[in-house]
Amino acid sequence: MTLLVIDWWLILEKALLIGGIIGLSFFIAMYTTLAERKVAAWLQDRRGPNRAGPFGIFQPLADGGKLFFKEEIIPLASNKFLFILGPALAMITALITSTVIPWAAPFITKGGNVIPMQVADVDMGILLVFSIVSVGVYGIMIGGWASNNKFSLMAAVRGASQMVSYELPMGLCLIAVLFMTGSLKMSEIVANQVQNGWHIIYQPLGFLIFFICALAECNRTPFDLPEAENELNFGYHQEYSSMKLGFYLFAEYINMFISSAVMVTLYFGGYDIPFVNEASWGLSSFWMSLISFSVLMAKISFFLFLFLWIRWTIPRFRYDQLMNLGWKKLIPLALVNMIITAAVLLLLNK
Amino acid sequence: MIYFLQTNINTTDASSYLPVALQVAFAVGLVIFLTVVTHLLGPKRKTSDKLQNFASGIESHGDARQPMAIKYFLTAILFVLFDVEVIFFYPYAVNFKGLGWDGFWAVLMFVGFFLCGFTYILKKGALKWED
Repeated sequence: MTLLVIDWWLILEKALLIGGIIGLSFFIAMYTTLAERKVAAWLQDRRGPNRAGPFGIFQPLADGGKLFFKEEIIPLASNKFLFILGPALAMITALITSTVIPWAAPFITKGGNVIPMQVADVDMGILLVFSIVSVGVYGIMIGGWASNNKFSLMAAVRGASQMVSYELPMGLCLIAVLFMTGSLKMSEIVANQVQNGWHIIYQPLGFLIFFICALAECNRTPFDLPEAENELNFGYHQEYSSMKLGFYLFAEYINMFISSAVMVTLYFGGYDIPFVNEASWGLSSFWMSLISFSVLMAKISFFLFLFLWIRWTIPRFRYDQLMNLGWKKLIPLALVNMIITAAVLLLLNK
Repeated sequence: MIYFLQTNINTTDASSYLPVALQVAFAVGLVIFLTVVTHLLGPKRKTSDKLQNFASGIESHGDARQPMAIKYFLTAILFVLFDVEVIFFYPYAVNFKGLGWDGFWAVLMFVGFFLCGFTYILKKGALKWED
């Protein structure tokens, strides 16, 4: 009978955490759109959006709200069910990748219960993120195919083959990190970095490859080939309107946020505060959780800014250049990085 | 039997995936809710021209689902092949410290095979995009 006992407090705690994280994802995605326009304006010596509220801070609300009141167009030539499924899948996968990321130091209640600030600390950890991201490819592929538009289909096929190609070097860099942690669990990856220093110190090349792959996975410039407007009009979401278009656009920004969070967790110590021993401060668990969460968000914001900075600085690659970089340069480089890491680790241990 | 119980004591069971299922349910619910709400809120003034596919203003000709360049298909197939090989590194990475040098030489051999296949597809021109 014990199998049927469900811990309702656990469910409630997790539900609150999930609600918070999904809300946070939306909030960050909204304000990244504003940040994108502001950073673009700043780099191009303009002002950027400044009419909706002070410094344009209500601009994302106006943009998002507009999507609710637009007419939904489903072209006659399209496949209706798949046409709706595509953006929905893209959005769902973007929202569930955050499930294994540790957001802050665990919160200990007065009763001594430890509440981890992580939705699920499962054994497969980072692999779960990778498997969900792989499903995200279907969102683009299905949407592009269902539109029955030549531009959409071209863009979707491009996007799919780009995303799968860059998953290979990404997975290979990750292995070098796993040599050091010996576990796929995100909590143990962070714990290892708190103890032995951030992985970026040991894996600079691995991080560089991972970052390039993250740009390609999120379809960000210089790898935004699926949205190359001078060749493909508007890319795979050309036929979309209303909230379905919003799903695709939001999913891109949420993916940016989550991939920044994953990079920070894997290479930059997660919620670890650098250069200090925070245990000696004697702060209560609540404040520790809050401070570590703020530190994590600060690191993530830096990476989000880096994404935007790159977008407005580096021009787009050509498709053959993109494929050559992924297959012929990054994969061998990641393999070499993996072998050297393994050899050095073994030499140091013996 | 007791040995097995002891070794498994730290591994998480299926119930640790319950929060993941909960998050999937949240995400699916939210997406369905937003889709339905926008469907009800938006205006519905459809004309036959609006429901045509957009091809930059010119009339669209024929069906889009025509044969595409084989390269894309080849990339996808090669991805499946190599991703399966990459997955074999994960169990090794997790048990890296326990396996020591013996494991390292074995994996080096595997990397050798990996590279053989890789150079083969390069030499065959499977990844050559400019014809």
